[in-house]
Formats: sequence, C-alpha cells, structure tokens
Amino acid sequence: MSKEALARVLAEDRGRLLAALIAGFRDFDLAEDALSDATEAALLHWGRSGVPDQPRAWLLTVARRKALDRLRRAQRAGAASPTVALLAEEFSSAETPEIPDERLRLIFTCCHPALDPKSRVALTLRTLGGLTTVEIARAFLDSETAMGQRLSRTKAKIARAGIPFVVPGPADWAARLESVLTVIYLIFNEGYAVTAGRGPDRVDLCAEAIFLARMLNEQRPSEPEVQGLLALLLLTDARRAARLDAGTLVPLDAQDRSLWDRGLIDEGEALIEQALTRRAPGPFQIKAAIAALHMGDPVDRAQVLLLYDSLLRFEPTPVVRLNRAVALAEVGAPEAALAQVEALAVDLATYQPFHAAHAALLSRTGRLKKAAQAYARAIDLSGNEAETAFLRARLADLAGNLTKKEAEQSSAQVQQGGEDT
Amino acid sequence: MKYIALIYYDPAQEPQSGASMNEAYFDLNRRAVEAGVLVAGDALHPPATATTLRVRGGRTETMDGPFADTKEQLGGYYIFDCPDLDSALAWAAQIPSAQVGAIEVRPLIVFE
Repeated sequence: MSKEALARVLAEDRGRLLAALIAGFRDFDLAEDALSDATEAALLHWGRSGVPDQPRAWLLTVARRKALDRLRRAQRAGAASPTVALLAEEFSSAETPEIPDERLRLIFTCCHPALDPKSRVALTLRTLGGLTTVEIARAFLDSETAMGQRLSRTKAKIARAGIPFVVPGPADWAARLESVLTVIYLIFNEGYAVTAGRGPDRVDLCAEAIFLARMLNEQRPSEPEVQGLLALLLLTDARRAARLDAGTLVPLDAQDRSLWDRGLIDEGEALIEQALTRRAPGPFQIKAAIAALHMGDPVDRAQVLLLYDSLLRFEPTPVVRLNRAVALAEVGAPEAALAQVEALAVDLATYQPFHAAHAALLSRTGRLKKAAQAYARAIDLSGNEAETAFLRARLADLAGNLTKKEAEQSSAQVQQGGEDT
Repeated sequence: MKYIALIYYDPAQEPQSGASMNEAYFDLNRRAVEAGVLVAGDALHPPATATTLRVRGGRTETMDGPFADTKEQLGGYYIFDCPDLDSALAWAAQIPSAQVGAIEVRPLIVFE
C-alpha cells in the first residue's frame, strides 16, 4: 500500500523533487543521494505509520534534512562548507514546504550548449525523466559503466565550469530553447527508431520525450516552438501502431488509418494550429505542420512542398534538401527530384534514407538496374530489421519487374535481329 | 568565479594587428574594466618567438617553437571574473578574434 503510494509519488514528481533539491543545494549528486535517502526513509515510515497527507512535501523535507546531514558529515571530515548553517536555517523555517517548481531551470541546465550533446540527453533523462543509469545505458546501447562515467563527467563539468541554474534571458532564449527542444526530439527519435536488439526491458523513450515536452509546454505555455515540438511528437506517436506490419515497416501512405490514434492527432493538430496563429514560425512548427498534412486525406502535396521550402530557410541541410526533393517528386516532377537527390550523393553517402529515396526515384523513372543497386546499398546501411524487411520487399518487387523487362527486351531484340541496345 | 579565455587564431590568416582590430580590443578592454570583470588580459608575440622546454632527468631540453605545432595557435588571453559560465561566454563572444579564430573558456581553480 505505502510502497505503491511511494512509487506513484516518485513516478509523477521525482523530477520536480530533484529540481527543488538541486535548486537549493546546487549539487546534482547530493540531491540524488538525498532523495534516495528520503525514499528509503519513506519505505520505513510510511509502512509503519501510514502515508502522510502531503507525501511530496514529506519527501522534500526529509530529503533536505538528509542532504544537510550529508553536508555536515562532509564538513566534519574536513571539507569547508559555510553554507550548511544558512541552508539549515532557510529550510527549518517552513515545516511543510511549498514545493517550488524548478524544472524549467533544471532542463535548461541539463541541455546547456557547453555540454556534449549525448550527455545533455543522458542527464535530462536521468534528472527530469527519472530513468536509472542502467535504463539510459540500455536505451543507447552503452555499457552501464560508460554511461555512469558520462553522467559523472557531465555533473562535474556543470559544477566546475559554473554552468548556472537559471532560465536564460531574452538575449539567449531562442538559441537555448532550441537546444532543449533538440534534446527532447533526439530522445523521441531514439525511441521511435525500431532498433535491432530492442528488448522488452527497454524503456519507452517516446513516452519520456512526450512527458518532457508536455512539462515544458506547461512551464512555458504559448511558446510556439514548444507547441510545435509537442505537436510533432504527438502526431508521430499517433501512427505508432500502424507503422509496422508483421515486422515490416509500412510507409505512411500505405498505413491502415484506422490504427492511428485519433485523440493524439486531434491534440497535435489543435496545438499546431494554435502555434501557427502566433506568426513566429520555426523548424518544429513546420515539421509538425508537414506531419499533419501527411495525415490528411487526400494529402495536400503542393502545400507540403511549400512547407519544405520554409523549412530549408531554417535548416539548409542536405537532409532537408532530400526531403524537399521527395516532396517535389510527389507533386509530379520525379525527374527534377531525381537530379536534386543525386546532387546530394556525396553529402549523404552513408545516410540510409538517401539511398532508399534515390532507389524509389530511380525505379519510378524506369531506371530499374540502378534502382536495384541503390536498394542494395540502403539495405547495407539499414540499422534495423523492420526497415530492412521493407527495403528487401521493394528490391524483390523490382527484381521481378526487372526480369520481366529483360525478358521483353531480349524477345524484342530477337525480333529486331539482335541489335545492341 | 574566474575564467580564462584563451584566444586561438591562425597566424597564416588573421591580419596581425589591423587598426580596426586594435580599436575593437581597446573597446572591449574599456567595457570589461567598467563592468568590473577584467582581471587580466594580454596579447602574445607570434608563435615563431616561442621557446618550449622540458626538464628530463635533471636536464633542461630547450626547443624552438610553440608546444603544439597546430594550425591555430594561442595568441592571447583574458581572465574574466564572472558569476557563472553564461556570463563568461558572453564576454568571450565579444573578443574580436572570436570572429576569425576560436576562444576556449575554462574556469580557474581557486586554492583556498
């Protein structure tokens, strides 16, 4: 009974409690240790005398006391810490503390651009997502030791380099927000990719990312790019059940729409519409709008192409150029699209979606042999089984057509006296 | 906290001391002094004037040239006293050479 209550409080409020502790003590490790001390104490006390009226406040008060105990022990051991008395005074004044919501400051600290990108992801999941080091290691196919070291290094850099625990001011706001949004997007994509070797013991990173995006949207409502990101994640997640069929990836236009989650789509569409009325477009809003359009019936292809043009202004990258070229093919210009895709061959040489898109365009424009080669390259580069299965099926279709075409050609050649074509 | 901003530049590329570059440095120095963040700052003579030494087995080995023979070389430094990294980065971004080279910002260890 009390165990479940504790688990529930922690599932909902671990990030908030940790953020409040880090805000008070400015020490990630101390905050984590104190919270796990408090959790142990809760197991003992709640079991004996029942769950307190305000379990969250109880945990915070106890965690603060435990942190002070730890600081005092360290002080006796010789480490100077003049702040202990001050902190003790500050915390004793309120017996049932208001829990300040410091999660916005915490996520900006965890996603600070002075930290390595992968470390930003890991630390955000550890502190605000409440994942264990083991779970994060598994999610990124890293060893527990390596992930533990990464987290320690990151926390040490925050402390030693003096990375502040603040919400950035207007001058830095846009750039710093982008860093936070990118971290959440990376977490989602890592979960959405159907990676080989993914077992049932792997946590749901998509759910974690949506949780974080919702949290951010609550903390800073009406921020168009935050709404854009949340909309993008919801619209993508809505198709989760439809994108695999017997272990094979199903492309969007072939998906069974009855499997899409209508609730998530409605929520995502409402968010993106609201965001776009603010007339402060950004890459996440555009990507969400593209995702929404792709789910329309029929799909407004011309509008999709226009949106990719806008996206290119924010992100003039080879990957966006590739997607724009694919959209161009969809409005009926496959030859032009093929030329644009082929211009990206050097930049995207090891990017699987490039070869898959190239193959599809070659096939569509009747260059079947070259298409087969491109599919083979895409299969070589594919990182997961569902994708490989899809590409193999395409290649098999193509091989069928190729044999048919060759048979027709050779019989035509025989009739024309074996001219060399 | 004290931060050192190490200024790296490509000796082959950057105009050594253009008048406008000097002007920009003087302006930064003035503003940093006014804000009370400037602890120290110096420009170095070019890498060709550097001498590198090692003491091994009691013997001093001396060599001509900078420690690392890389394209970008240390050209100068500032020490800023700032409340946090964000503030130090904001000052470092105003160093004129940041436009052409790179600035490495590191906290100084304070021994109490």
